[in-house]
Amino acid sequence: MSLPQIEIQLVATVVAVACALPGAFLVLRRMGMMSDAISHAILPGIVVGVFVVGSLHSPLLVVAAALTGLLTAALVETINSTGQVKEDAAIGLVFPILFSLGVILIAKFAGDMHLDTDAVLLGELAFAPFNRFTAFGLDFGPRALWTMGGVLVLNALFLALFYKELKLATFDPGLAASLGFRPRVLHYALMGLVSLTAVSAFDAVGSILVVALMVGPPMTAYLLTDRLEWMIGLSAAFGVLNALVGYWGAHVLDVSIAGTMATTTGLVFGLVLLAAPERGLIAQWRRTRRQKWQFAVEMLAIHLRQHENTPEAARECRVDHLQEHLNWDGPFAERVVERAVSRGSVRRENGHLRLTDEGREVAQEAATRT
Amino acid sequence: MLDLFSQLLTDYTLRTVALGAATLGIVGGGLGSYAVLRGQSLLGDAISHAALPGIALAFLITGSKAPLPLMLGAAGTGVLATLLIIGVTTTTRVPYDSALALALSAFFGIGLVLLTYLQQHAGAAQAGLDSFLFGQAAALVEHDVVVMAVLGGIALLALLLFWKEFKLLAFDPDFGRSLGFPIRMLDIVLTTLLVVAIVIGLQTVGVVLMSAVIVAPAAAARQWTDRLGVMVALAATFGALSGVSGAVVSGATANLPTGPTIVLCMGAIVIVSLLLAPNRGLLWRWWRQRSTSRRLRQERVLCDLYTLAAKHGAGNRPHEAATLDAMVSGPTRTVYVLRRLAEQGLVAETPDGRWHLTDEGLEEARRLADERNLVLDATIDDA
Repeated sequence: MSLPQIEIQLVATVVAVACALPGAFLVLRRMGMMSDAISHAILPGIVVGVFVVGSLHSPLLVVAAALTGLLTAALVETINSTGQVKEDAAIGLVFPILFSLGVILIAKFAGDMHLDTDAVLLGELAFAPFNRFTAFGLDFGPRALWTMGGVLVLNALFLALFYKELKLATFDPGLAASLGFRPRVLHYALMGLVSLTAVSAFDAVGSILVVALMVGPPMTAYLLTDRLEWMIGLSAAFGVLNALVGYWGAHVLDVSIAGTMATTTGLVFGLVLLAAPERGLIAQWRRTRRQKWQFAVEMLAIHLRQHENTPEAARECRVDHLQEHLNWDGPFAERVVERAVSRGSVRRENGHLRLTDEGREVAQEAATRT
Repeated sequence: MLDLFSQLLTDYTLRTVALGAATLGIVGGGLGSYAVLRGQSLLGDAISHAALPGIALAFLITGSKAPLPLMLGAAGTGVLATLLIIGVTTTTRVPYDSALALALSAFFGIGLVLLTYLQQHAGAAQAGLDSFLFGQAAALVEHDVVVMAVLGGIALLALLLFWKEFKLLAFDPDFGRSLGFPIRMLDIVLTTLLVVAIVIGLQTVGVVLMSAVIVAPAAAARQWTDRLGVMVALAATFGALSGVSGAVVSGATANLPTGPTIVLCMGAIVIVSLLLAPNRGLLWRWWRQRSTSRRLRQERVLCDLYTLAAKHGAGNRPHEAATLDAMVSGPTRTVYVLRRLAEQGLVAETPDGRWHLTDEGLEEARRLADERNLVLDATIDDA
């Protein structure tokens, strides 16, 4: 690995973790699309910032764009609060309009500036090592590493300081409000962090990848755990994994790094969706299947117990009778009986079915449970 | 202005772009109405981003940039993304909007990978595919517009043919299911029509701004009516109007990209509708609230005068405005209310600045007191 390669991976890792931290709360608060809205809507903020400051790399620019992000959140809330437009429609209205303003500003006035819409939307991580942070004649590495490192520290600090408040406001906003925790203030603080993160990251990875890194890893983690701490930790870990796998994928295929990272994010989510131990699709399918057979065996046991030691036992306790009585077709009834036999709940005795002691217990337990 | 519109008739490029934008506005507005009503406003954004890999794949397979194969490819991945989103949200606890955001960015990522791959391997033939990102209305040719109009026409025709069914789907799917309508199937068909509406607009406004074409005309139209038919027609009209004006304005101005201009026109229509639409408009509501609270204040003062009159047993006995001030909670200055009542002839001012009910006012106050079951511990003789 060459030094620029290591630097690119470092930047990608830091961006991934910085995005995953506020992202976990976005997913839990059902505001995933706000990452999309804000990361697009900051464009006019960036453009106006560049006009005023004259440079793409000034801290003031970050402030201007982050304010635009807050403005987006406020506009969405204002439109929604009129009660005339639903929240999702409000989001779908506000960000394209702000983005259009940005595109028009660039087209009209920014012809000679180093700023185009492609760069904002797509970013170019491969260029990150070329933009160095130098001071006192010394080279301190890629500038993006420092800005994103700063954002990461800020995000982590905010989460650490307001962890309890965020948790409460996310899971029980009513209680949070009644205890005086100001969920609205927290909401805007979180929106501010999302904007800040999106603004700082756009130049390295582009706004679409910001969306992927903010919602993808937390969604993946959400499939695996019920604990908030774990979810945040896993989000960060998945973020790093996606970034690194994405980077090497791009390296091998010689394609856009942001593209492969977003693709990997989707693929990793898909894999976890299939294979997650409890909520995964395979686990769900196996659980349903197991429950189906268990239920059938219990039904059989209850049926046999019902007619045990009664005059009609000889007639009722046969495999072919199950068809009439439990509405099971022949092959299915046969398979249920096989399972029941292999579990030791039922014995076959010259064409008749007999409950074992164990089988009686199964029937008893199932009957009392219902 | 007239100049601009005569140009519309004579200038080939401008006319093509305007026709394309109008088509897109009509189809997007019409089908967008359903998306907005069904709470799927942001699905359009996800679909339009998800169309990107389809466009690249279609080019990879056919090697041509003819509009039809590209649109089919775009529709294919758009539908796939929609199905995945529905699948994930129904089988897991992942929230809908997060699923949208991930589908949007992951599919877009795949599109980006394919586009950069094509840039490396397909040489100059692929040039122009990335115009789908932001749209390039100026590059529309007549053939594109014809394809757009045919596909959009089919989508609108389907909307009309299944009008009753889609209406049921949008407002009460459970009732529809109980009547035996194939609601699931209808849902898939309507979503596919939405995909068609999005796909035909991509070349004009691009994937990022397509969301506005779906949401804005519909949200604006919603303010003016409570009837589905009117809403769909209005949304289509608003869409066409913003499409044409966006095309004309950007055509007449240097360095003004068409897609964003169309979106800003739509935004303007939304703002006007939100403020001015009768009944639902904000100005309208503000005015109604003001007149209601003014009427309530007047009635309150009338009733207070009536109560005072009852206590003194005389309907036309004058009282100080300050006495009435004290009876009203809050900082209201009753003297203004009294002057307004005097204009209506319900109260009158005595020369020494005190106020009493007129005969008319007494009658009105008695009626109000009756309506409100105002209990008085005394009666008033008719003056």
